[in-house]
Amino acid sequence: MQHHVVLRIVCKLLIPLILLFALYVQFHGDYGPGGGFQAGVIFGAGFILYGIVFGLRSVQTVAPPPVVVMVSCAGVLLYALVGVAGPMMGGNYLDYSVLLDDPVAGQHLGIILIELGVGLTVASTMTALFYAFAERR
Amino acid sequence: MLFAIFSLLSAAVFVTLDAVDVAFTEAAVGAGISTILMLATLAVTRTREERAHRLKPLAWVATVFTGAVLLYGTMDYPQVGDPTAPAHQHVAPRYIQQSGEEIGIPNVVTSVLASYRGYDTLGEVTVIFTAGIGVLCLLGPVITLFGKREKD
Amino acid sequence: MVHFNYWVVIVLIMTGLYVVMAQTNLVKKVLGLNIFQVAVFILYISVGKLAGGTAPILAAGFDRYANPLPHVLILTAIVVGVATTALALALVIRIDKAYGTIDEMEIEELDKEQE
Repeated sequence: MQHHVVLRIVCKLLIPLILLFALYVQFHGDYGPGGGFQAGVIFGAGFILYGIVFGLRSVQTVAPPPVVVMVSCAGVLLYALVGVAGPMMGGNYLDYSVLLDDPVAGQHLGIILIELGVGLTVASTMTALFYAFAERR
Repeated sequence: MLFAIFSLLSAAVFVTLDAVDVAFTEAAVGAGISTILMLATLAVTRTREERAHRLKPLAWVATVFTGAVLLYGTMDYPQVGDPTAPAHQHVAPRYIQQSGEEIGIPNVVTSVLASYRGYDTLGEVTVIFTAGIGVLCLLGPVITLFGKREKD
Repeated sequence: MVHFNYWVVIVLIMTGLYVVMAQTNLVKKVLGLNIFQVAVFILYISVGKLAGGTAPILAAGFDRYANPLPHVLILTAIVVGVATTALALALVIRIDKAYGTIDEMEIEELDKEQE
Protein backbone atom coordinates (compact mmCIF):
# COMPACT_ATOMS: atom_id res chain seq x y z
CA MET A 1 0.00 0.00 0.00
CA GLN A 2 3.04 2.30 0.04
CA HIS A 3 2.86 3.06 -3.66
CA HIS A 4 -0.73 4.11 -4.12
CA VAL A 5 -0.05 7.81 -3.83
CA VAL A 6 -3.27 8.91 -5.50
CA LEU A 7 -5.33 6.60 -3.33
CA ARG A 8 -3.68 7.80 -0.14
CA ILE A 9 -4.01 11.49 -0.95
CA VAL A 10 -7.63 11.15 -2.03
CA CYS A 11 -8.41 9.22 1.14
CA LYS A 12 -6.70 11.85 3.27
CA LEU A 13 -8.92 14.44 1.64
CA LEU A 14 -12.08 12.34 1.86
CA ILE A 15 -11.93 10.92 5.38
CA PRO A 16 -12.40 14.26 7.24
CA LEU A 17 -15.29 15.06 4.92
CA ILE A 18 -16.86 11.65 5.56
CA LEU A 19 -16.58 12.07 9.32
CA LEU A 20 -17.89 15.64 9.13
CA PHE A 21 -20.80 14.47 6.99
CA ALA A 22 -21.53 11.73 9.52
CA LEU A 23 -21.69 14.31 12.30
CA TYR A 24 -23.95 16.48 10.17
CA VAL A 25 -26.26 13.53 9.54
CA GLN A 26 -26.21 12.71 13.24
CA PHE A 27 -27.18 16.12 14.54
CA HIS A 28 -29.28 17.29 11.63
CA GLY A 29 -31.37 14.12 11.65
CA ASP A 30 -34.26 15.95 13.30
CA TYR A 31 -34.70 18.34 10.39
CA GLY A 32 -33.60 16.42 7.32
CA PRO A 33 -33.04 12.81 6.45
CA GLY A 34 -30.64 11.21 8.86
CA GLY A 35 -30.25 10.01 12.39
CA GLY A 36 -28.20 7.75 14.55
CA PHE A 37 -28.28 4.65 12.37
CA GLN A 38 -27.20 6.43 9.20
CA ALA A 39 -24.57 8.54 10.94
CA GLY A 40 -23.23 5.47 12.68
CA VAL A 41 -22.70 3.52 9.49
CA ILE A 42 -21.13 6.50 7.71
CA PHE A 43 -18.78 7.13 10.64
CA GLY A 44 -17.89 3.46 10.75
CA ALA A 45 -17.31 3.45 6.98
CA GLY A 46 -14.87 6.35 7.42
CA PHE A 47 -12.80 4.33 9.88
CA ILE A 48 -13.00 1.25 7.66
CA LEU A 49 -11.74 3.25 4.66
CA TYR A 50 -8.82 4.47 6.75
CA GLY A 51 -8.11 0.92 7.83
CA ILE A 52 -8.19 -0.43 4.28
CA VAL A 53 -5.89 2.21 2.83
CA PHE A 54 -3.44 2.84 5.66
CA GLY A 55 -3.43 -0.57 7.29
CA LEU A 56 -5.06 -2.07 10.34
CA ARG A 57 -2.32 -1.00 12.74
CA SER A 58 -2.62 2.70 12.00
CA VAL A 59 -6.39 2.73 12.40
CA GLN A 60 -6.05 0.82 15.65
CA THR A 61 -3.77 3.51 17.05
CA VAL A 62 -6.51 6.05 16.30
CA ALA A 63 -9.32 3.90 17.66
CA PRO A 64 -7.89 1.14 19.89
CA PRO A 65 -10.09 -2.00 20.00
CA PRO A 66 -10.81 -1.81 23.76
CA VAL A 67 -12.01 1.78 23.36
CA VAL A 68 -14.23 0.76 20.44
CA VAL A 69 -15.86 -1.98 22.49
CA MET A 70 -16.35 0.35 25.43
CA VAL A 71 -17.94 3.02 23.22
CA SER A 72 -20.26 0.34 21.89
CA CYS A 73 -21.35 -0.54 25.42
CA ALA A 74 -21.63 3.14 26.34
CA GLY A 75 -24.05 3.80 23.48
CA VAL A 76 -26.49 1.09 24.58
CA LEU A 77 -26.17 2.21 28.19
CA LEU A 78 -26.81 5.85 27.26
CA TYR A 79 -29.98 4.80 25.47
CA ALA A 80 -31.20 2.69 28.37
CA LEU A 81 -30.33 5.31 30.99
CA VAL A 82 -32.17 8.07 29.12
CA GLY A 83 -35.11 5.69 29.26
CA VAL A 84 -34.62 5.27 33.02
CA ALA A 85 -34.58 9.04 33.47
CA GLY A 86 -38.27 9.05 32.48
CA PRO A 87 -39.57 7.09 35.51
CA MET A 88 -37.15 8.95 37.81
CA MET A 89 -38.85 12.21 36.87
CA GLY A 90 -42.39 10.91 37.10
CA GLY A 91 -43.12 9.69 33.59
CA ASN A 92 -43.04 6.36 31.82
CA TYR A 93 -39.98 4.47 30.60
CA LEU A 94 -38.59 6.18 27.47
CA ASP A 95 -41.03 9.06 27.90
CA TYR A 96 -39.01 12.19 27.18
CA SER A 97 -41.73 14.77 27.81
CA VAL A 98 -40.84 14.97 31.49
CA LEU A 99 -37.12 15.59 30.97
CA LEU A 100 -37.61 19.35 30.75
CA ASP A 101 -40.38 21.70 31.82
CA ASP A 102 -41.59 22.10 28.27
CA PRO A 103 -42.74 18.70 26.95
CA VAL A 104 -41.79 19.50 23.34
CA ALA A 105 -38.29 20.63 24.34
CA GLY A 106 -38.03 17.52 26.53
CA GLN A 107 -38.92 15.31 23.56
CA HIS A 108 -36.30 17.10 21.50
CA LEU A 109 -33.60 16.59 24.13
CA GLY A 110 -34.57 12.95 24.57
CA ILE A 111 -34.40 12.28 20.85
CA ILE A 112 -30.98 13.92 20.51
CA LEU A 113 -29.60 11.81 23.38
CA ILE A 114 -31.16 8.62 22.05
CA GLU A 115 -29.83 9.23 18.56
CA LEU A 116 -26.41 9.87 20.05
CA GLY A 117 -26.55 6.52 21.82
CA VAL A 118 -27.64 4.78 18.62
CA GLY A 119 -24.92 6.51 16.62
CA LEU A 120 -22.17 5.59 19.10
CA THR A 121 -23.24 1.95 19.21
CA VAL A 122 -23.65 1.54 15.46
CA ALA A 123 -20.39 3.30 14.56
CA SER A 124 -18.29 1.41 17.08
CA THR A 125 -19.93 -1.94 16.32
CA MET A 126 -19.25 -1.51 12.60
CA THR A 127 -15.62 -0.65 13.35
CA ALA A 128 -15.34 -3.61 15.72
CA LEU A 129 -16.77 -5.93 13.04
CA PHE A 130 -14.15 -4.66 10.61
CA TYR A 131 -11.37 -5.23 13.16
CA ALA A 132 -12.60 -8.75 13.85
CA PHE A 133 -12.64 -9.67 10.16
CA ALA A 134 -9.41 -7.88 9.28
CA GLU A 135 -7.48 -9.50 12.16
CA ARG A 136 -8.14 -12.85 10.52
CA ARG A 137 -5.94 -12.15 7.54
CA MET B 1 -18.82 -6.11 -6.43
CA LEU B 2 -22.10 -7.02 -8.08
CA PHE B 3 -23.55 -7.13 -4.61
CA ALA B 4 -22.47 -3.53 -3.98
CA ILE B 5 -24.06 -2.42 -7.23
CA PHE B 6 -27.24 -4.29 -6.29
CA SER B 7 -27.34 -2.44 -2.97
CA LEU B 8 -26.75 0.92 -4.59
CA LEU B 9 -29.55 0.26 -7.08
CA SER B 10 -31.94 -0.72 -4.33
CA ALA B 11 -31.01 2.52 -2.56
CA ALA B 12 -32.05 4.38 -5.71
CA VAL B 13 -35.35 2.47 -5.67
CA PHE B 14 -35.91 3.60 -2.09
CA VAL B 15 -35.38 7.24 -3.08
CA THR B 16 -38.04 6.99 -5.77
CA LEU B 17 -40.36 5.46 -3.19
CA ASP B 18 -39.90 8.55 -0.97
CA ALA B 19 -37.89 6.70 1.67
CA VAL B 20 -34.86 8.97 1.87
CA ASP B 21 -33.74 7.82 5.31
CA VAL B 22 -33.82 4.20 4.26
CA ALA B 23 -31.95 4.92 1.03
CA PHE B 24 -29.24 6.65 3.01
CA THR B 25 -28.73 3.66 5.25
CA GLU B 26 -28.87 1.13 2.44
CA ALA B 27 -26.29 3.03 0.39
CA ALA B 28 -23.85 3.28 3.28
CA VAL B 29 -24.38 -0.24 4.58
CA GLY B 30 -24.85 -2.22 1.40
CA ALA B 31 -22.31 -0.55 -0.85
CA GLY B 32 -19.83 -0.03 1.95
CA ILE B 33 -19.76 -2.22 4.99
CA SER B 34 -21.43 -5.50 4.07
CA THR B 35 -19.50 -5.72 0.80
CA ILE B 36 -16.24 -5.28 2.69
CA LEU B 37 -17.21 -7.96 5.19
CA MET B 38 -18.18 -10.30 2.35
CA LEU B 39 -14.85 -9.72 0.57
CA ALA B 40 -12.94 -10.21 3.82
CA THR B 41 -14.66 -13.55 4.34
CA LEU B 42 -13.83 -14.62 0.80
CA ALA B 43 -10.21 -13.63 1.34
CA VAL B 44 -9.97 -15.58 4.59
CA THR B 45 -11.72 -18.73 3.43
CA ARG B 46 -10.11 -20.63 0.59
CA THR B 47 -12.79 -20.36 -2.03
CA ARG B 48 -12.52 -22.63 -4.96
CA GLU B 49 -15.35 -23.92 -7.05
CA GLU B 50 -14.43 -27.54 -7.52
CA ARG B 51 -17.69 -28.90 -8.71
CA ALA B 52 -19.61 -27.11 -11.42
CA HIS B 53 -22.98 -25.91 -10.27
CA ARG B 54 -25.75 -28.26 -11.34
CA LEU B 55 -29.32 -27.12 -11.67
CA LYS B 56 -31.19 -28.66 -8.78
CA PRO B 57 -34.64 -29.66 -10.05
CA LEU B 58 -36.23 -29.98 -6.63
CA ALA B 59 -35.05 -26.55 -5.50
CA TRP B 60 -36.18 -25.09 -8.80
CA VAL B 61 -39.68 -26.60 -8.42
CA ALA B 62 -39.94 -25.35 -4.84
CA THR B 63 -38.86 -21.86 -5.90
CA VAL B 64 -41.33 -21.66 -8.75
CA PHE B 65 -44.10 -23.01 -6.53
CA THR B 66 -43.35 -20.38 -3.86
CA GLY B 67 -43.28 -17.66 -6.51
CA ALA B 68 -46.62 -18.81 -7.91
CA VAL B 69 -48.23 -18.85 -4.46
CA LEU B 70 -46.91 -15.37 -3.72
CA LEU B 71 -48.12 -14.14 -7.10
CA TYR B 72 -51.58 -15.55 -6.38
CA GLY B 73 -51.47 -13.84 -3.00
CA THR B 74 -50.76 -10.41 -4.46
CA MET B 75 -53.77 -10.49 -6.78
CA ASP B 76 -56.04 -8.67 -4.34
CA TYR B 77 -53.35 -6.40 -2.91
CA PRO B 78 -53.89 -2.66 -3.19
CA GLN B 79 -52.17 -0.76 -5.97
CA VAL B 80 -48.90 1.05 -5.22
CA GLY B 81 -49.52 4.47 -3.74
CA ASP B 82 -53.24 3.90 -3.27
CA PRO B 83 -54.28 6.30 -0.48
CA THR B 84 -57.10 3.99 0.63
CA ALA B 85 -54.75 1.06 1.23
CA PRO B 86 -55.01 -0.39 4.76
CA ALA B 87 -51.39 0.55 5.47
CA HIS B 88 -52.26 4.24 5.30
CA GLN B 89 -55.36 4.03 7.48
CA HIS B 90 -54.21 3.02 10.92
CA VAL B 91 -51.48 4.88 12.85
CA ALA B 92 -49.59 6.66 10.07
CA PRO B 93 -52.02 9.61 9.71
CA ARG B 94 -51.84 10.20 13.44
CA TYR B 95 -48.04 10.24 13.37
CA ILE B 96 -48.02 12.67 10.45
CA GLN B 97 -50.64 15.01 11.89
CA GLN B 98 -49.69 15.00 15.57
CA SER B 99 -45.93 14.55 15.66
CA GLY B 100 -45.30 18.14 14.58
CA GLU B 101 -47.01 19.42 17.72
CA GLU B 102 -46.09 16.64 20.14
CA ILE B 103 -42.42 16.19 19.27
CA GLY B 104 -41.66 19.43 17.48
CA ILE B 105 -39.25 18.10 14.88
CA PRO B 106 -40.03 17.93 11.18
CA ASN B 107 -38.58 14.52 10.33
CA VAL B 108 -41.42 12.14 11.14
CA VAL B 109 -39.18 9.10 10.67
CA THR B 110 -36.88 10.31 13.44
CA SER B 111 -39.72 11.06 15.84
CA VAL B 112 -41.37 7.70 15.25
CA LEU B 113 -38.01 5.93 15.54
CA ALA B 114 -36.81 7.58 18.70
CA SER B 115 -39.95 8.53 20.55
CA TYR B 116 -43.12 6.67 19.58
CA ARG B 117 -41.27 3.42 18.98
CA GLY B 118 -38.42 3.94 21.40
CA TYR B 119 -38.75 0.43 22.79
CA ASP B 120 -38.34 -1.14 19.35
CA THR B 121 -35.26 0.92 18.66
CA LEU B 122 -33.74 0.04 22.02
CA GLY B 123 -34.24 -3.60 21.09
CA GLU B 124 -32.65 -3.09 17.68
CA VAL B 125 -29.62 -1.35 19.16
CA THR B 126 -29.26 -4.20 21.62
CA VAL B 127 -29.41 -6.71 18.76
CA ILE B 128 -26.65 -4.84 16.90
CA PHE B 129 -24.54 -4.71 20.03
CA THR B 130 -25.08 -8.40 20.74
CA ALA B 131 -24.23 -9.36 17.16
CA GLY B 132 -21.04 -7.33 17.40
CA ILE B 133 -20.06 -9.05 20.64
CA GLY B 134 -20.95 -12.41 19.09
CA VAL B 135 -18.63 -11.77 16.14
CA LEU B 136 -15.82 -10.74 18.48
CA CYS B 137 -16.32 -13.93 20.48
CA LEU B 138 -16.43 -16.13 17.37
CA LEU B 139 -13.39 -14.67 15.71
CA GLY B 140 -11.11 -15.27 18.63
CA PRO B 141 -9.81 -13.11 21.45
CA VAL B 142 -8.97 -10.15 19.27
CA ILE B 143 -9.82 -7.73 22.00
CA THR B 144 -9.32 -8.04 25.69
CA LEU B 145 -10.20 -5.10 27.83
CA PHE B 146 -6.87 -5.20 29.62
CA GLY B 147 -4.90 -4.54 26.50
CA LYS B 148 -3.36 -7.99 26.06
CA ARG B 149 -3.50 -9.20 22.52
CA GLU B 150 -3.55 -12.95 22.13
CA LYS B 151 -3.32 -14.97 18.98
CA ASP B 152 -4.90 -18.37 18.77
CA MET C 1 -49.12 -3.34 -14.47
CA VAL C 2 -50.89 -2.42 -11.23
CA HIS C 3 -48.88 -4.84 -9.10
CA PHE C 4 -45.43 -4.48 -10.61
CA ASN C 5 -43.79 -3.71 -7.27
CA TYR C 6 -44.97 -7.05 -5.89
CA TRP C 7 -43.68 -8.80 -9.00
CA VAL C 8 -40.22 -7.32 -8.49
CA VAL C 9 -40.33 -8.47 -4.88
CA ILE C 10 -41.45 -11.97 -5.88
CA VAL C 11 -38.66 -12.30 -8.46
CA LEU C 12 -36.10 -11.23 -5.87
CA ILE C 13 -37.56 -13.61 -3.27
CA MET C 14 -37.43 -16.47 -5.77
CA THR C 15 -33.80 -15.64 -6.60
CA GLY C 16 -32.83 -15.53 -2.95
CA LEU C 17 -34.71 -18.72 -2.13
CA TYR C 18 -33.15 -20.63 -5.00
CA VAL C 19 -29.66 -19.48 -4.06
CA VAL C 20 -30.19 -20.51 -0.44
CA MET C 21 -31.54 -23.94 -1.42
CA ALA C 22 -29.36 -24.86 -4.39
CA GLN C 23 -25.94 -23.42 -3.60
CA THR C 24 -23.68 -25.51 -1.43
CA ASN C 25 -21.15 -22.72 -0.82
CA LEU C 26 -21.98 -21.16 2.53
CA VAL C 27 -20.90 -17.63 1.54
CA LYS C 28 -23.27 -17.80 -1.41
CA LYS C 29 -26.03 -18.94 0.92
CA VAL C 30 -25.48 -15.83 3.04
CA LEU C 31 -25.59 -13.76 -0.14
CA GLY C 32 -28.91 -15.40 -1.06
CA LEU C 33 -30.32 -14.56 2.35
CA ASN C 34 -29.24 -10.94 1.76
CA ILE C 35 -31.07 -10.83 -1.57
CA PHE C 36 -34.16 -12.23 0.14
CA GLN C 37 -33.80 -9.56 2.80
CA VAL C 38 -33.62 -6.73 0.27
CA ALA C 39 -36.79 -8.13 -1.35
CA VAL C 40 -38.59 -7.80 1.98
CA PHE C 41 -37.25 -4.25 2.37
CA ILE C 42 -38.59 -3.26 -1.04
CA LEU C 43 -41.96 -4.84 -0.22
CA TYR C 44 -42.31 -2.80 2.97
CA ILE C 45 -41.15 0.47 1.44
CA SER C 46 -43.43 0.11 -1.58
CA VAL C 47 -46.37 -0.49 0.78
CA GLY C 48 -45.53 2.81 2.48
CA LYS C 49 -45.53 4.78 -0.77
CA LEU C 50 -48.40 7.23 -1.23
CA ALA C 51 -49.23 8.50 -4.71
CA GLY C 52 -48.47 12.21 -4.99
CA GLY C 53 -46.84 12.16 -1.58
CA THR C 54 -43.40 13.26 -0.58
CA ALA C 55 -40.76 12.07 1.88
CA PRO C 56 -42.07 12.15 5.45
CA ILE C 57 -40.32 15.35 6.53
CA LEU C 58 -42.86 17.93 7.54
CA ALA C 59 -42.67 21.11 5.49
CA ALA C 60 -44.97 23.91 4.55
CA GLY C 61 -46.80 23.37 1.30
CA PHE C 62 -47.08 19.60 1.48
CA ASP C 63 -49.91 17.65 2.99
CA ARG C 64 -49.36 14.16 1.60
CA TYR C 65 -46.46 12.21 3.01
CA ALA C 66 -45.32 8.63 2.55
CA ASN C 67 -46.11 6.35 5.48
CA PRO C 68 -43.22 6.78 7.96
CA LEU C 69 -43.79 3.54 9.84
CA PRO C 70 -42.35 1.09 7.26
CA HIS C 71 -39.39 3.43 6.86
CA VAL C 72 -38.62 3.19 10.56
CA LEU C 73 -38.92 -0.59 10.55
CA ILE C 74 -36.70 -1.06 7.51
CA LEU C 75 -34.16 1.54 8.58
CA THR C 76 -33.40 -0.42 11.71
CA ALA C 77 -33.74 -3.74 9.88
CA ILE C 78 -30.97 -2.79 7.43
CA VAL C 79 -28.46 -2.06 10.17
CA VAL C 80 -29.52 -5.13 12.15
CA GLY C 81 -29.24 -7.06 8.88
CA VAL C 82 -25.61 -6.12 8.38
CA ALA C 83 -24.82 -7.03 11.98
CA THR C 84 -26.44 -10.46 11.64
CA THR C 85 -24.78 -10.97 8.24
CA ALA C 86 -21.46 -10.30 9.92
CA LEU C 87 -22.33 -12.91 12.55
CA ALA C 88 -23.19 -15.43 9.83
CA LEU C 89 -19.93 -14.72 8.01
CA ALA C 90 -18.02 -15.10 11.27
CA LEU C 91 -19.62 -18.53 11.67
CA VAL C 92 -18.57 -19.35 8.11
CA ILE C 93 -14.97 -18.41 8.94
CA ARG C 94 -15.05 -20.64 12.02
CA ILE C 95 -16.50 -23.50 9.94
CA ASP C 96 -13.73 -23.00 7.41
CA LYS C 97 -11.19 -23.17 10.21
CA ALA C 98 -12.69 -26.35 11.65
CA TYR C 99 -13.31 -28.24 8.41
CA GLY C 100 -11.01 -26.59 5.88
CA THR C 101 -13.89 -26.06 3.49
CA ILE C 102 -17.04 -23.99 3.22
CA ASP C 103 -18.86 -26.36 0.92
CA GLU C 104 -21.87 -27.91 2.59
CA MET C 105 -21.55 -31.26 0.81
CA GLU C 106 -17.89 -31.62 1.71
CA ILE C 107 -18.66 -30.80 5.33
CA GLU C 108 -21.31 -33.53 5.35
CA GLU C 109 -18.86 -36.05 3.89
CA LEU C 110 -16.27 -35.10 6.51
CA ASP C 111 -18.88 -35.57 9.23
CA LYS C 112 -19.74 -39.03 7.90
CA GLU C 113 -16.09 -40.03 7.78
CA GLN C 114 -15.70 -39.15 11.42
CA GLU C 115 -18.56 -41.38 12.53
